[in-house]
Amino acid sequence: MANVEGIPIYREIGSVPAAGMSRDKARVTVVGAGPVGLAMALDLGRRGHPVTVLTRLDFIAHCSKAICFSKRSLDILDRLGVGDRAIAKGVTWNLGKVFWGAGDQPVYQFDMLPVKDQKRPGFVNIQQYYIEEYLLDALLDLPDVQIRWGHQVTAVTPQDGGVQLRVSAADGDYSLTTEWVVACDGARSTVRDCMGLDFEGRVFEDNFLIADIRMTGHDMPPERWFWFDPPFNPGKSALMHRQPDDVWRLDFQLGWDIDRDAATRPEKVEPFVRAMLGEGVEFQREWYSVYTFQCRRMARFVHGRVIFAGDSAHLVSPFGARGCNGGFADIDNLGWKLDLVLRGQADARLIDSYDHEAIVTADENILNSSRSTDFLTPKSTASQALRDAVLQLAQDHAFARPFVNSGRLSTPVSYPDSPLSTPDSDDWDGGVAPGAPVLDAPHDGGWLLDALGQGFVLLTCEWSGAVPDGVQVIAVSGLAADRLGLSSGNAALIRPDHYVAARWRRPGRDAIQSALLRAQGGLHG
Amino acid sequence: MASLNTAPNLSGHDDIYERLIGLHDGLSEGESLQAWSRLVLLLINHIGDRDVIDEAIRLAAPR
Repeated sequence: MANVEGIPIYREIGSVPAAGMSRDKARVTVVGAGPVGLAMALDLGRRGHPVTVLTRLDFIAHCSKAICFSKRSLDILDRLGVGDRAIAKGVTWNLGKVFWGAGDQPVYQFDMLPVKDQKRPGFVNIQQYYIEEYLLDALLDLPDVQIRWGHQVTAVTPQDGGVQLRVSAADGDYSLTTEWVVACDGARSTVRDCMGLDFEGRVFEDNFLIADIRMTGHDMPPERWFWFDPPFNPGKSALMHRQPDDVWRLDFQLGWDIDRDAATRPEKVEPFVRAMLGEGVEFQREWYSVYTFQCRRMARFVHGRVIFAGDSAHLVSPFGARGCNGGFADIDNLGWKLDLVLRGQADARLIDSYDHEAIVTADENILNSSRSTDFLTPKSTASQALRDAVLQLAQDHAFARPFVNSGRLSTPVSYPDSPLSTPDSDDWDGGVAPGAPVLDAPHDGGWLLDALGQGFVLLTCEWSGAVPDGVQVIAVSGLAADRLGLSSGNAALIRPDHYVAARWRRPGRDAIQSALLRAQGGLHG
Repeated sequence: MASLNTAPNLSGHDDIYERLIGLHDGLSEGESLQAWSRLVLLLINHIGDRDVIDEAIRLAAPR
């Protein structure tokens, strides 16, 4: 029996007994075992750290959650060793098409992998519970990572050099003293509530129905299809995505004044499905749900030794797939920083840079998802008229098409003003600037991002010289060097999360050393 | 004679779109129509080419 009722179960695990944990200690405690919490634990565990994961549930949930995983998330999952499983199971796609009214030709389409010759595609669709399962399987290989299923945090008390957590389990309560807490406990974060922290932003007045259905033999390419004002949902929008296992996600805008409880009843949902797919379509219900959404974030993500990541820190509308992908960006940014701090090789200033960079990412995600929402659900007559004018003109005129906004899908965010970046002192024409992520390319019979690993790397082009301890040198040529803008004698210092920290036309040991120190939070210019 | 450019000729579409919606914040429908009208008048004066303006009016008319 699951310990929380009303949530469908993908995999039952069972509660971990609390006996013997009365005055427990941990270096890092991750709260929450969704994809973000599990990926955080896996990142730190693979770097050799003991991690304790606390999760309220004692099972993996089976319901409609994240399905669209971006190229950047796949790159992160690759680094964590589970990318291949996601690709093997998932439905790969790159193209998005937008239809208007009854038209069968798209008024707009976009390619999520405009730069080809990269290892991973623009997106894969895969049910969140598969991703959780892959992360969990990888965690089981790490003896120093403990997952405590059915353990709920009930109090959070910051203290000198750490945090004391009060934890409640089925067979009793206990205290856990930990050096760091990473709160990945979702939109209704208990840790955030326990600390009385703020969560500010816009709440949007609209309801959307998700119908995840199973059907075989439906002929549609693996693409994201979006409709404005289709005949099967007049005046509103709809979205269709293919998932593994012959499962399809259908998403219908419902409007604001509806009976939310009634909206998920089969007799209410099925007419939408039949109107979209045809009266005779045969399908089974996977899960029906209605959601509303908010675009909001905490004012700060780092509160002493408590760090927030994923939905606990920021929420977006789903149009753009920026929720779970935004959470993976957080843990990717935080993992190597916490690693260096735990090893005593960096101090809290490096953690402060997470606050800066993760907030830049969250703000870009919130900005894009708010704008998409404003296009999808215009708030005034003038805004509605503008939206409709764009769609009308987009049919015949190329200039109007880039205005069509059915969701700007998640891509990695750059940090132009990161305190960790060393600003360019040479002239560069293109390439990848400090604060931006390395672009993948074929490299040495494989892929550049795979070669980068999870430490600091100096990418060089026909250069040799001394480098600081702990920096791996990788020589690049051809397309990989071109994409980085590196020509003969140049080099770029790459962070463990594959962002460029600095680059030089004529690198020297001292310059590399001071850029490395700055990228580790030790030098603020 | 210049002709109307209907190829993409801008960057930052989402920024501009947001500014256009923002123009109407707090306006009644009548006030919004006036705001749209002022915007069109400013832009056609800037364009300054009768042929271009006539072509745009023709394309903007309901079909």
